[in-house]
Amino acid sequence: MTVEVNGRSLDGPTRPGQCLRTYLRERGLLGVRKGCDAGDCGACTVHVDGVPVHSCVFPAFRAVGRRVTTIEGLARDGHPHPVQRRFLDAQGFQCGFCTPGFVMTAAGLDTAAGLAGTPPEELRRLFKGNLCRCTGYRAIEDALRGVRHVEHPQAGTAVGRSPGAPAGPGIVTGTARYTLDLDVPGLLHMKLLRSPHAHARVLAIDTHEALRVPGVRLVLTHKDAPPRLYSSALHESVDDDPADTRLLDDVVRHVGQRVAAVVADTVSAAEEGCRRLAVTYEVLPAVTDPEAATAPGAPVVHDKDPVTSRIARPRDNVVAELHAGVGDVDAGLRSADAVYENTFHTRRVQHASLETHGAIGWLDADPATGAERLVIRSSTQAPFLTRRALCALFDLPPDRVRVVTALLGGGFGGKQEMLVEDVVALAVLRSRAPVSLEFTRAEQFTAATTRHPFTVTVTAGARHDGTLTALKLHVVADTGAYGNHGPGVLLHGCGESVALYRCPNKRTDARSVYTHTVPSGAFRGYGLGQVTFAVESALDELARRLRLDPLTLRERNLIRPGDDLVAPGDTEHDLHLGGYGLDQCLRVVRAAGSSPAEPAPPGWLVGDGAAVAMIATIPPRGHLADAALTLLPDGTFALAVGTAEFGNGTTTVHRQIAATALGTTVDRVTVHQSDTALVGHDTGAFGSTGTVVAGAAVLRAARALVDTLLDAAATFHALDRARCRLTDGAVVCAGDRVPLEGLHAAALAAGTSLTATGHSRGTPRSVSFNAHWFRVAVNPDTGEIRILRSVHAADAGTVVNPLQCRGQVEGGVAQALGATRSEEIRLDPTGAVTTTALRGYRIPTFADTPRTEVHFAVTTDDLGPFGAKSMSESPFVPVAPAFANAVRDATGVRFTTLPLTPDRVWSGLRDQGR
Amino acid sequence: MDLNTVTEVRDARQRGEWRPGDAWLAGGTYLFSEPQPHLRRLVDLARMDWPPVAILADGSWEIAATCTIAELSAFAATTGPATSGLVERCCRAFLASVKIWNTATVGGNLCLALPAGPMISLTAALGAVCRLIATDGTRRALPVTDLITGPARTALTEGELLRSVTIPARALSARTAFRRASQHQHGRSSALLVGTLDGRRFSLTVTASTPRPVVLEFAAPPTAEALSTAIDGAVGGNWLDDVHGIPAWRRHLTLRLADEVLAELGAAP
Repeated sequence: MTVEVNGRSLDGPTRPGQCLRTYLRERGLLGVRKGCDAGDCGACTVHVDGVPVHSCVFPAFRAVGRRVTTIEGLARDGHPHPVQRRFLDAQGFQCGFCTPGFVMTAAGLDTAAGLAGTPPEELRRLFKGNLCRCTGYRAIEDALRGVRHVEHPQAGTAVGRSPGAPAGPGIVTGTARYTLDLDVPGLLHMKLLRSPHAHARVLAIDTHEALRVPGVRLVLTHKDAPPRLYSSALHESVDDDPADTRLLDDVVRHVGQRVAAVVADTVSAAEEGCRRLAVTYEVLPAVTDPEAATAPGAPVVHDKDPVTSRIARPRDNVVAELHAGVGDVDAGLRSADAVYENTFHTRRVQHASLETHGAIGWLDADPATGAERLVIRSSTQAPFLTRRALCALFDLPPDRVRVVTALLGGGFGGKQEMLVEDVVALAVLRSRAPVSLEFTRAEQFTAATTRHPFTVTVTAGARHDGTLTALKLHVVADTGAYGNHGPGVLLHGCGESVALYRCPNKRTDARSVYTHTVPSGAFRGYGLGQVTFAVESALDELARRLRLDPLTLRERNLIRPGDDLVAPGDTEHDLHLGGYGLDQCLRVVRAAGSSPAEPAPPGWLVGDGAAVAMIATIPPRGHLADAALTLLPDGTFALAVGTAEFGNGTTTVHRQIAATALGTTVDRVTVHQSDTALVGHDTGAFGSTGTVVAGAAVLRAARALVDTLLDAAATFHALDRARCRLTDGAVVCAGDRVPLEGLHAAALAAGTSLTATGHSRGTPRSVSFNAHWFRVAVNPDTGEIRILRSVHAADAGTVVNPLQCRGQVEGGVAQALGATRSEEIRLDPTGAVTTTALRGYRIPTFADTPRTEVHFAVTTDDLGPFGAKSMSESPFVPVAPAFANAVRDATGVRFTTLPLTPDRVWSGLRDQGR
Repeated sequence: MDLNTVTEVRDARQRGEWRPGDAWLAGGTYLFSEPQPHLRRLVDLARMDWPPVAILADGSWEIAATCTIAELSAFAATTGPATSGLVERCCRAFLASVKIWNTATVGGNLCLALPAGPMISLTAALGAVCRLIATDGTRRALPVTDLITGPARTALTEGELLRSVTIPARALSARTAFRRASQHQHGRSSALLVGTLDGRRFSLTVTASTPRPVVLEFAAPPTAEALSTAIDGAVGGNWLDDVHGIPAWRRHLTLRLADEVLAELGAAP
């Protein structure tokens, strides 16, 4: 009764309802990942008797007596499998969570010649069961075809080159460790009971039967929760978000809100405990539509004090609002030769990071003081802010809480949120045992966060020559049942989207509204994607009314060097044009329109469309980072940073920055990260700050360490400090050479260590630019849209790692195409999410994703490290309007609601008589 | 995913009572893909060792319920072009990965009864008949078109087993035409049509755009107008409405694809 796994016989029985994935993971084969747990994403692919299967839908008992190969067993005699080597050479991954599944699928198909000659269509079909949310698949296709990209730059030259990600070898071999890839003895498991009602008061929870389930240790209800209100959103300033959330509340405000937690020896017992809880609800009236929510007499979502809760108008369900203008927009509209007004809608979309939310918590003793310490290892983009939030919630001093983030399997803003850590911490503190909570894929859809749905009415006026005279926005954002990120997303969305244009008269009236629906939250682009869709669509249409080329209208009005960045209501004054590559971006998209593209099928309508976007390189009101660099005994360097790695590539970039400043090669810098025990503070891996804030701290630490090393060399070896300089592996001074190993030894003998720190405050801030261009073909008879060519231009300042930055752009474009073409979370009339699996919520597959040509402007930024700007959220932003503009060009129909699925496009064409 | 309420697996070769909370387990690719808190025991068909496809004396194919999609695809590739092309296209109509083909079964796809189930499209179009065995041993034969009664609804009684589905020999020699529409390349079918021409007899089977298969039969190929009228009459406005497409679009595509099927097989002049 054994299963042979990677040549070893594994003992221990399979459970009757167990899938092979959990059987393998429970035995330490942690490279077998849970992505969807439903057979859709392929992250759990293993071979059974040489045949690739999705182990999450493979009954474990059927593996008995058979031969199973996992990613851990693919290497032969210590040599990586050719597919593993190809994924490293091409850097065919970002977060790496899906990589074992791709590698195992490819290895299962592999022939001696590899997949290099496989026709593109066949390759796309063969990999339709492997989902990647990060890369946009180009890097994966290159890996499958054996294209080699990775570089090994010489000492001191890493910035601007493309060395591989340090986690790469672990990612391709399955040894990289994500949040829940940790074996903790005695671990208890938590499951959450969730509300079936959109709005209800919890009158009673009978826990008696649940506590009688064998293995159930603890049930937590609102009676166990601290009374303190907070926000699940994580920002440097706590005041950015309303305090409207309680750990477990006696009022539930959306279907899926957590009502109680059951902690048990096994997941199975915890599930059974949840089923045995008897909850008495008083069902209350609910409102699920944002327009209805602001109508007089609508049910109030949060009847709270506006001052202490920081909710703008609680009785009106308005969490935040903005009413501001510059100039006189009415006069501007009167002086216009053409005015265009329309209302645009974007729907709920989900981050769909392949790794779901999860945390493991336990108690240990602080190694320095011996005091008891709460340790939380969680899937957070902001470990330091999570610690601060936990300390506030449980009245603990910072040194009694440690938050650690391992590799993250994708984030996209979804993990700038405390959705699991609070309840795990409570369970650990109460049970004094280690406790784990892992969201299911369905919980990601029903009980995590989504992108804010926006309704944006744009009114834009311009003169005959295209000069804008007025730009007016009326915005309603649906923040759902909680206001986490509600104010920030609203304000940011209405910021750079209009600051991008020189226009004397601008007016914005915007509000973010509570409804009894799944909460919205931070999402790549942070509001800009939604508002930019509206503004860029409207300006395209305005140009058409004026018989102007839409790019010409933009050129006439886009900000130029020396201009102020003006958005109504923007009270921050630290945003500057630190560099300007927007003109180059426009040239790229203009050139794209006059160069050849794939021909369209006969009878299809062809059109071109473009859009531009701007984003601040750093969020407002402070984004902090500490870094520390230390010389190690072997002459290499240890770099500690607070920011987390979720596939954005900051670890690679930090290594490049440090190695360049230290005059060495990247392999001599080891990065330690995302652990509150490592450095003083770090605001977190959000707002595209990994390079420009944490990277700036790294650069400062590296430059400080150079000084420290030269000082030490001069002191310990009696050299002329002025003539000392650092080379790869040694300090040299005229004819003298002090190897760094020797320098370390000398410092150690003197009782000191050679270390330096760097700090960055994230201000002043610069802006990045992006432009996207599509040529599309539309089948007027079916609504099908084919992308014939896709071109993206980005101004990222100095591109620290061109291969990775290209990947960020490609991934952003792909994710945006999902929101543009297919992704939509649907709700039923009670506000319950009905799209609870990836098979009903279509994220782009390999076959859905075009290759996008990526061009970088040749610029440098005054503010960023080595002249770099951020480039991870922003590529998302111009994609939807560029696509809609191209469809408009092809069909004559202006589509105002995303996503543009074929049935809606066909309907739209039919309604317009086309 | 783990089905934690399942506490027992019974080998289907061993006789036993059917109990509430039992489920037949074929490939498991559906059962293990969603929570099944009502289940207590899986009755495992994997060791039945039914031959995946048996060619009967009259040339019919008896496809075992446990035949995997990969086995069916491989088998069809060894047969004549008349059917192998249609079988392969139906296999490729799965939303699921080619890896899922290695474990998902023909019987599982039929019993799941999803409107877009491509094994339903295939077997319904070819006039296949199911062999069913009830818990008391009663056997009956039921055409695929009668097995599927609605989205995820079948005529199976509690515990009734689908043993096999048989495609009659005559259908295997018919000319066929296949058309499929989806919102996405390799996405779930929004409309899937199969036409057959057997001598002069023409049939059209509509799936994926309707809650259950709609089969239209004609003594000779009709005109395009007559076919459209017949489709509308048979569907009666009951076009499927789900995330894979709005009803009006599905109707439009169905009528358009029906025209193409008819044209390929030879419309009446």
